[in-house]
Amino acid sequence: MTNTNKSTGISVRDLHLSFGNTKVLTGVNLEIKAGEFFAFLGPSGSGKSTLLRAIAGFGPQPQGQILVGDRNLAGLPPWERNVGMVFQSYALWPHMSVRKNVAFGLVEKKIQAKLIDDKVEAALSLVGLLDYAERMPSQLSGGQQQRVALARTIVTEPDVLLLDEPLSNLDASLRVQMRRELLSLQRKLGLTTIFVTHDQEEANTTADRMAVLDQGIVQQIGSPQSLYDHPENLFVAGFLGTANILSGELVDVKGAKKLILPTGEQLAIENSALGTGSLVLRPQNISLSKNAEMSGLRGKITHREFLGAQVRYLVDVANTQIVVDQSHAVDQPILELGATVGLVINSRSAVFLAERQKANAA
Amino acid sequence: MEQQSTIAGQKPSNKRSFTDRIFPSLSGTALAAIFIATLLFGFLILPVAKVIYVAFLDPNSGALTLQNFGDFFASSLFRESFFNSFYVSAMSVVLASVFALPLAYITSRFEFSGAALIQSLGFIPLIMPPFVGAIAMQLLFGRNGSFNLMLANYGINIPFMEGLNGVILVQSVHYFPFILINLSASLRNIDRSMEESAQNLGAHGLRLFRRVVFPLAAPGYLAGASLVFIKVFDDLGTPLLLNVNNMLAPQAYLRISSIGISDPMGYVISFILVAFSVFSLWASFLLMRGKDYATTQKGGGGLSRRKLSTRENVVAYGIVIAILALVLSPHIALGLLAFGTIWSYSPLPDGYTLGNFNTMFGQSGAYIKNTLIYAGAAAFLDIILATAIAYIVLRTKIVGRQWLDYMATAALAVPGVVLGIGYLRTFNDFDVPIIGKPLASWWVIIVVALMIRRLPYALRACMAALQQVSLSLEEAAENLGATRSRTIRKVVIPLMSGGILAGFVTSFATAAVELSATIMLVSSNSDAPLAYGIYLFMQTPSGRGAGAALGILAVVIVAAGTMLAQFIIDRERKTRTGDQ
Repeated sequence: MTNTNKSTGISVRDLHLSFGNTKVLTGVNLEIKAGEFFAFLGPSGSGKSTLLRAIAGFGPQPQGQILVGDRNLAGLPPWERNVGMVFQSYALWPHMSVRKNVAFGLVEKKIQAKLIDDKVEAALSLVGLLDYAERMPSQLSGGQQQRVALARTIVTEPDVLLLDEPLSNLDASLRVQMRRELLSLQRKLGLTTIFVTHDQEEANTTADRMAVLDQGIVQQIGSPQSLYDHPENLFVAGFLGTANILSGELVDVKGAKKLILPTGEQLAIENSALGTGSLVLRPQNISLSKNAEMSGLRGKITHREFLGAQVRYLVDVANTQIVVDQSHAVDQPILELGATVGLVINSRSAVFLAERQKANAA
Repeated sequence: MEQQSTIAGQKPSNKRSFTDRIFPSLSGTALAAIFIATLLFGFLILPVAKVIYVAFLDPNSGALTLQNFGDFFASSLFRESFFNSFYVSAMSVVLASVFALPLAYITSRFEFSGAALIQSLGFIPLIMPPFVGAIAMQLLFGRNGSFNLMLANYGINIPFMEGLNGVILVQSVHYFPFILINLSASLRNIDRSMEESAQNLGAHGLRLFRRVVFPLAAPGYLAGASLVFIKVFDDLGTPLLLNVNNMLAPQAYLRISSIGISDPMGYVISFILVAFSVFSLWASFLLMRGKDYATTQKGGGGLSRRKLSTRENVVAYGIVIAILALVLSPHIALGLLAFGTIWSYSPLPDGYTLGNFNTMFGQSGAYIKNTLIYAGAAAFLDIILATAIAYIVLRTKIVGRQWLDYMATAALAVPGVVLGIGYLRTFNDFDVPIIGKPLASWWVIIVVALMIRRLPYALRACMAALQQVSLSLEEAAENLGATRSRTIRKVVIPLMSGGILAGFVTSFATAAVELSATIMLVSSNSDAPLAYGIYLFMQTPSGRGAGAALGILAVVIVAAGTMLAQFIIDRERKTRTGDQ
């Protein structure tokens, strides 16, 4: 089945949503490009599923605009929106065969029977389940059910595809395979897709761009790499990977910028701003030296975890604990517990977030 | 497997139980199983088999024949009775569903503030056995009842209670909460995503209902409906009290009681009743098998609900109040009858008095005493048997133990009137030693009948209670040195006690108002329990007041029992989850 629609982008403008008196989504603004695989990432309760469902038309009426292509969906009931949604539980109707499940949307559109059969078979072939057409959902595995749910949605040629935590009900071993299949299917169809997840690895590996949400507010939008390398606040920094946070004051000392920690150490940092704030350091951007005098920052190794490709050290330094990852090659020696080491920071990789950038809040 | 006398590698222990000494090759539980099986066989399987057998027996020659069935279908009265029973049962289900459907729809589709009111609607009809309210309904809705007397001013007369209609109305008002609970549960089991995914693909309104909601709710509803069908089909008390004799159950009763236990027609009818019961139970089982449509998804199950507009709220409350009024009518009518002086051909009783209660208590001492003994003994025996069967089925590996469960549950398929006839036929020639009477005429046979009839429910309660007791609790006791019987006594039974107690109370409350089997087995008025007393009182217009008073007593007993059982279960659940 080739994509015969023009791909459509999605715009969300100034969206606010409340359940009764509780504000659940505040001031959401997003532009999703046509053909993009876009992720909503956030912890439980962040509002990501609520946002997805609002685009599909479920839940309370939001204020603000939702545009798919140039169609404004606000006020339209779910059955008139033509946005395809795959539910977390797949929601296959147990009293209908796979074929009837997949044909459902086409029957609603009153398409003639022969054409329905052709389309259903094309969709099932696309997900590799043509031989299962007469089975009942209870006879399928989780992964197969998900593919049927996908086929059921894409067969109706929706403008966009919405996936609500599609991988969380699958076994861990299946998830990696399924996310690659989802991505390649999406590329093949060219369908603008929104994918909701709480797992940053899933989002990082599949999304073109993503929006990180916390407590109903969009924290940052960007590609996985840009969010990881240049987080705009502490929440995003911590959510997308392990982050060491060092708080202090950034001052100008004889023309060079230095971060002064509460315990007195000074770190040379490249940054344009000044003032109090936090330094975000990724574990892999710090190196440890046995020669502690070489560095301004000294600490003691308290824990050590051998992870194969890396060794992870927990170092007590400046009244706080820092995670440091050293890559490991065959027979490379590992540092001892209790050893005093010097920390060398790659100052170009560190991100300084000024005081007001802890997190975006209402 | 229960041998405590030798454990591999150890010296034989001295702790040999009593049963070990007498029957060294069988354990205590195996003996109990055999005893229970014999009991169930003797008091359930055998009498019913006998009834079925006699249906095929020529009364004169003793040879096997189909002539009795031929005679049955040749008679227009019997053909009519057959059709009527079918018709009444089906219509009762339909009417009960008509009452239940709007309420189920309102509670599952909308956020309705009167939802608690609807739940109480579900409880009220169940506490009054249908035959108790029947006479009172007659006075309210009958040809010369309150309603029609008022409508006579407009020249209208609605045949609410004419003939079969009366039975249908009484039964549907009584059984509608069962259908309501059933329908609500079926709708609640439908995951919200079933509905939303259909909406996402373009369906809504009636199409959505037809393609998704109805097919998913139907099996659960039909399973419940077929159980109601069979309960109405088998009921003897209500048609009897309404003087509707052209139905199968009353015909069986009349043939046996007036012509005698050798009359083959009674047995033919019994066979038909049992056959239909078995068929309905089997159909109900088939409908539910493999159709466990309940799914779990975050956010809970059930269809999505929307708020009601003011106008819709008014309509909803109107419907609820109208049905509430209908549901309360037997209770109101019974109250009026019990507290009234003379009530006939007038919308309300002529006056009010406590005199009926005086008469009732004066004449009913024996009825009340008998009921307490019969129902108490039956309930007590029920929980002993039920606990034993539950333990044997769930905790032992005795061969064929499932058959104990099947036999006990088979009592559901046996109508009370058939059990009564079976006992009469089987035990009439069996003289009880010492007492010197045939077993069929001894009051104990009534206790046995009540016990057998209530056993399936007690068994379900005990099995549920035992399933809540984790096996590891017993294993811990045995690990610390307790024998099997000590473990049962000190660990299992105490932990089951809430469920057992609730089972006892429910058995008692429902046995206290059983009529179908009782009416066949009562041999003299001094042996009669409450339900039979009500039947006797209601035979004459002057006795109806006292009969209603006795009916109120019956209702109070059932209501108190039901609430007590619910309280025990709730308290049990609270302590269980509180300790976790």
